[in-house]
Amino acid sequence: MVLVFAESPRGHFKKSAFEAVTYGKKVAELLGTDCVALTLGPVDDASVLGTYGAKRVLNLPDASLTHFDSQLYTQAIADASKQLGAQVVILGHTTTGKSVAGRLAVRFQGGLISGATGLPVLAGKNLLVEKTVFSGKAVAQYELSGAVNVISLMGNAVKPEQTGSAVAPETLTLALNASKIRVKEVKTQEGTVPLPEAEIVVSAGRGMKDPGNWGIVEDLATTLGATTACSRPVADSHWRPHHEHVGQTGIAIRPNLYIAIGISGAIQHLAGVNNSKVIVVINKDPEAPFFKAADYGVVGDLFEIVPRLNEAFKQFKAAN
Amino acid sequence: MKLLVCISQTPDTTAKISFNADNTEFNNAGVQFIMNPYDEWYALVRACELKEALGGTVTVINVGPATNETTIRKALAIGADDAVRIDSDPKSAGFVAKQIAEYAKNAQFDLIFFGKETIDYNGSEVGAMVAEYLDLPFVSYASKLDLNGTVATLERDIEGGVEVLEVDLPFVLSAAKGMAEQRIPNMRGIMTARTKPLTEIPAVAFDGFEKVSQFTLPPAKAGVKLIDPNEMVELVRLLHEEAKVI
Repeated sequence: MVLVFAESPRGHFKKSAFEAVTYGKKVAELLGTDCVALTLGPVDDASVLGTYGAKRVLNLPDASLTHFDSQLYTQAIADASKQLGAQVVILGHTTTGKSVAGRLAVRFQGGLISGATGLPVLAGKNLLVEKTVFSGKAVAQYELSGAVNVISLMGNAVKPEQTGSAVAPETLTLALNASKIRVKEVKTQEGTVPLPEAEIVVSAGRGMKDPGNWGIVEDLATTLGATTACSRPVADSHWRPHHEHVGQTGIAIRPNLYIAIGISGAIQHLAGVNNSKVIVVINKDPEAPFFKAADYGVVGDLFEIVPRLNEAFKQFKAAN
Repeated sequence: MKLLVCISQTPDTTAKISFNADNTEFNNAGVQFIMNPYDEWYALVRACELKEALGGTVTVINVGPATNETTIRKALAIGADDAVRIDSDPKSAGFVAKQIAEYAKNAQFDLIFFGKETIDYNGSEVGAMVAEYLDLPFVSYASKLDLNGTVATLERDIEGGVEVLEVDLPFVLSAAKGMAEQRIPNMRGIMTARTKPLTEIPAVAFDGFEKVSQFTLPPAKAGVKLIDPNEMVELVRLLHEEAKVI
């Protein structure tokens, strides 16, 4: 049995949950077994997980799981895995998933791959799974040999596929320990897609010259339904909020399309974005190192090019 | 207060990555190694700041061969009081976590620090594993940490925002940007680091359940296609028809 932990921060599923269930269904097919989805805490409507391939959907509605605590979440997922006899446990490679995956592997004394980028293949009873290493500069294939193996799935590594139909959630009862974490406040920007989940990211750097100039970047992002990001110097100067910073010290992302505006492309920035499927670089300096990592490049004045590109996207959207 | 900072040694960010002939091991030849930046800039510096403000000791621990001593001495130069090296190759995240947990389990640390991830295997695994072995809370991606007696207040990066939380000592954390500012060791630090205690401990046996079976390098990029700045309609067409991303 393959158990998928479908994360629902503040009661809502994000794309990472649908990706994890889609992936879990494919792993279950590979192993000739079923995929079961588990949700923790009060949640909107878990029946939707059936449409992504979960055969059963289990919910543990305990209010103490409303806020994240790695110990409680580990206990809940491990106990459910044991009850159900899970061979593989799958989680999204999110801040929550990453805080739980290692704990689960220790508890199971099982195998772990953190940030898997593709589906496993079988090698006897073992699983071979790939992930990127060295900040995107190489790929490593891991062989997992545990009686139970844990896989955290990198965002945007699989596309969510709705192939099944809704499944009525079953309520699970487990006795949980008391949480030692007291969450005081959660500050998020609701309504925007978080960077690790975004399929299109529009990012800008020091070439913007002034934080007051960001309107053209935001307009372009709005047209594309994209999430905005920035380089380190921009975040360090407080031109943009810290959580927009992509790169080695910020967030590592792998969107389908990354548009870099006025960013030179230092190696530390590339380390966080080089796994993007397609990279477009707009920079006035033809020698900017970013062009070497780009698929498409535009050399020129970003204050002219970005509004022009926005108009071209608008025309395209209107026609398609 | 007793603080433990777990440090890893990684290839420098700019290092050229290559592997041995059968692509099963990282090729160390000619590679410059550094202290994992998140361990150094965020975890170690914040631990030293807390010790300097509140008293106590900072111990650094590294799982690695004797050649890692340069990295360990740098941590001592930055401000750690003593160091422990578990004498073994860091075979896997599971192996490293087991070694650190074995050392820490009877040592009564108030706080155990990690960086948010290492820049080589990018796993973000070891902190959570050590917390599980020691049955302690784990706060990952902490960007702010303040202590008031035995109560810690932290900010933690989450997708698209920040979580503010409280937890009692002892616990394990992984540190992200915002936790502290990079600190350059001064001459006095470098001099005193030479004589600070560095204890070598043999590794405990641990059979892991994962190993790297093969490394590959990603295919080289085809090269950038330059588009005339006046032809943005053409760029949109290429993104749609050729790259198929819109």
